[in-house]
Amino acid sequence: MEWALAVAAVLAVVAVAFVARPFLRDPSPASDRLDELSPEARQRLALAEERDRALAALKELEFDHRTGKVSDDDYRAQLGPLRRRAAEALRALESREQTPHERIPAPGEHAGR
Amino acid sequence: MAALGRAALLLAFGLVAYALVAGSYAAWRRRRRLALSAQNALLAAFPATLVAALVLIVALARRDFTFAYVAEHTSRKLPLQYALSAFWGGQEGSLLLWLLVLTGYAGLAVWLNRRSRELMAWTVPIFGLIAVFFSFMLCFVSSPFHQQPPPVDGAGMVPSLQNPYMLAHPPMLYLGYVGLSVPFAFGMGALLSGRTDERWIVATRRWTLAAWTFLGVGQLLGAHWAYTEIGWGGYYAWDPVENAAFMPWLVATAFLHSVMIQEKRGMLKVWNMVLVALAFNLSVFGTFLTRSGVLDSIHSFSKSSIGAWFLGFLAFMVVLSVALIYWRLRPPKDGGPPLLRSKTKLESLVSREATFLYNNLLLVALALTILWGVLYPIVSQVLHGQTRSLSKPYYDFFLHTFGLPLLLLMGLGPLVAWRRASLRSLGKTFLVPFGAALVTGGVLLGLGFGSAWPGLLAYTFSAFVAASIVLEFVRGRAAAGGIFRLVSRNRRRYGGYLVHAAIVLFAIGVAGSSAYQTIREDAHLRPGQTMEAAGYTFTYTGLTGVKGPNYTGFRTIVSVSGHGEHFTLRPGQNNDPLQGASFVASIYHDPRTLGDVFTRAQPAVGSKTAIDLQVFVKPLINLIWAAGFLFVFGALVAMWPDAVEQRRLAARYAAGAAPAGI
Repeated sequence: MEWALAVAAVLAVVAVAFVARPFLRDPSPASDRLDELSPEARQRLALAEERDRALAALKELEFDHRTGKVSDDDYRAQLGPLRRRAAEALRALESREQTPHERIPAPGEHAGR
Repeated sequence: MAALGRAALLLAFGLVAYALVAGSYAAWRRRRRLALSAQNALLAAFPATLVAALVLIVALARRDFTFAYVAEHTSRKLPLQYALSAFWGGQEGSLLLWLLVLTGYAGLAVWLNRRSRELMAWTVPIFGLIAVFFSFMLCFVSSPFHQQPPPVDGAGMVPSLQNPYMLAHPPMLYLGYVGLSVPFAFGMGALLSGRTDERWIVATRRWTLAAWTFLGVGQLLGAHWAYTEIGWGGYYAWDPVENAAFMPWLVATAFLHSVMIQEKRGMLKVWNMVLVALAFNLSVFGTFLTRSGVLDSIHSFSKSSIGAWFLGFLAFMVVLSVALIYWRLRPPKDGGPPLLRSKTKLESLVSREATFLYNNLLLVALALTILWGVLYPIVSQVLHGQTRSLSKPYYDFFLHTFGLPLLLLMGLGPLVAWRRASLRSLGKTFLVPFGAALVTGGVLLGLGFGSAWPGLLAYTFSAFVAASIVLEFVRGRAAAGGIFRLVSRNRRRYGGYLVHAAIVLFAIGVAGSSAYQTIREDAHLRPGQTMEAAGYTFTYTGLTGVKGPNYTGFRTIVSVSGHGEHFTLRPGQNNDPLQGASFVASIYHDPRTLGDVFTRAQPAVGSKTAIDLQVFVKPLINLIWAAGFLFVFGALVAMWPDAVEQRRLAARYAAGAAPAGI
């Protein structure tokens, strides 16, 4: 019984120390604010998703055409709009990347575990 | 020992409660260190739960009857492997297994995605919320560490549970049930944090696939257990607890398809959240059904009184899910469109995404009709004051109504292009599969398979799907320049096709063994007498006694001949002095038909030597079990990490925001 309680106590102490670790490692941080995306970063992410979707769609279309699932006419009809979409997403992303990121500062980029 | 188990569980409860409360506060007030501290608490809950689990395992192995749980589920003569399987054989152990798997999954999922702090901030409290319920139950309502003065021997285990399948079937189901909490926690975390982009889907799609695979394999193992051990000649009885595992699997299947539409087209954001919430809540409902004893079931060995707690938890989680989805369907306070609104729309009703949508509607409709069948006895009790059950014809009707079109869609979907497909290209693509189906159907009709239309349709549609899968591989191989290159470049797609092939095998096995089976249940035989079934002659030659480690019993000796085969079957019964009698089926696997000759026997009333023999001849049933291997292989191919895709996603999230820990 005593040994069981001793093991349980050790377990509890280790757990509490682990839970308290972020505070013990970084007792007085410059900022304690949780990292979050700025509206600008959210838009950039949405554009990155749109770009990936458009590029993946182009690859799919190409593959479906080669496997005979998409006829020549359908291929030609879909290729243009998909290319335009991919190009628009890429252009929009590039123009945003030239402006400074507006991510809310992640103090402690020290990944404080 | 029990004190250590109790202390470890209390510690786990404290940790997950902290993860819930401190994590919610940190996410709300944007406190970085507190959020990390809550995350650490969730990570620490797993080792604490593991200590509790190890205490119970040691007690089971030692048959320590000072633990009431050990005394209730094992006995001194019970073989060690079954004594250990009692961990999930009873209610308290099952709850502990739930918590162990949950904290393990949660810890791993949170650790892998720790850099996506905004999403994790709310995901941690959701995991904490689920874990608080289970640890609370274990600490204060249904503890496996309750102690008592030790009895001379334990109560033993139900004979039907003393089966190798029981070592794997329940843990597999739990790995599946609990696995569905990962996409749920991330989905709800995404709603709370406003990160309704694809990040939560990227983080959880392999988890969902793994949970879905475990759930599928668990059900298949359960079906095989029911077939070989319960001895009624079938493998699925539409039992409420069987249905309880089937429903979340169906909904998770729908999610695995619809999530692709969100990834590829940015559509169905709301629908995916609904499916994730539905799958998780159905998995809790499944545990509630198994544990509550509210419905009569073949799994009635697990009845208990904790149903009200589960019902309360289930109601809370349903309300929470609906409220969060509704909240994100409304325009945000700072303007702009609702976060769950999709920008793109379906371009054509003849497109790949449209077939996925039809597949989703059929899968969810099937799940909901099964749910209605499960709930009907309770509803009828409330409304009419008497319990009425919906039996096999109800379920079979909806299985045929929704299942056969689903089977057909499995062949149609892959052949239709994304966005829109012209009738001309469809005609060209469908030519081979349609021809294969037409020839198969015609030949089978000529051979007399028209006696069961659902069976004939299942075979015909299976031929269509099989031809479309082969066509996909053949054309894809030619386009990609090799089969290995083809599969490795798109593992999800071709892994998915392998899973489709497994479903085709499964469908053929089910159709063959149910629509075209032969049943003889009326044979009353004395030694030397014979009976006939499906071209086989069964001769009963006598009885013999058997003795096992914890049972005695008898076997009948039945010589069988027919179709050029000669073999002997030994169906009988075992009698466990603690748990009573159970049937022992005897099965011959016929390589010619890929089917079985299944027999069971019982002593005839009023005679010492005569028996009542039941015979089931089930063509193609072994395809069902073979499908399981292909299913697992296909799922593994689909979930195998793709380095190119990982790099692309990591770059996306690094450029867009936080780095991805996929």
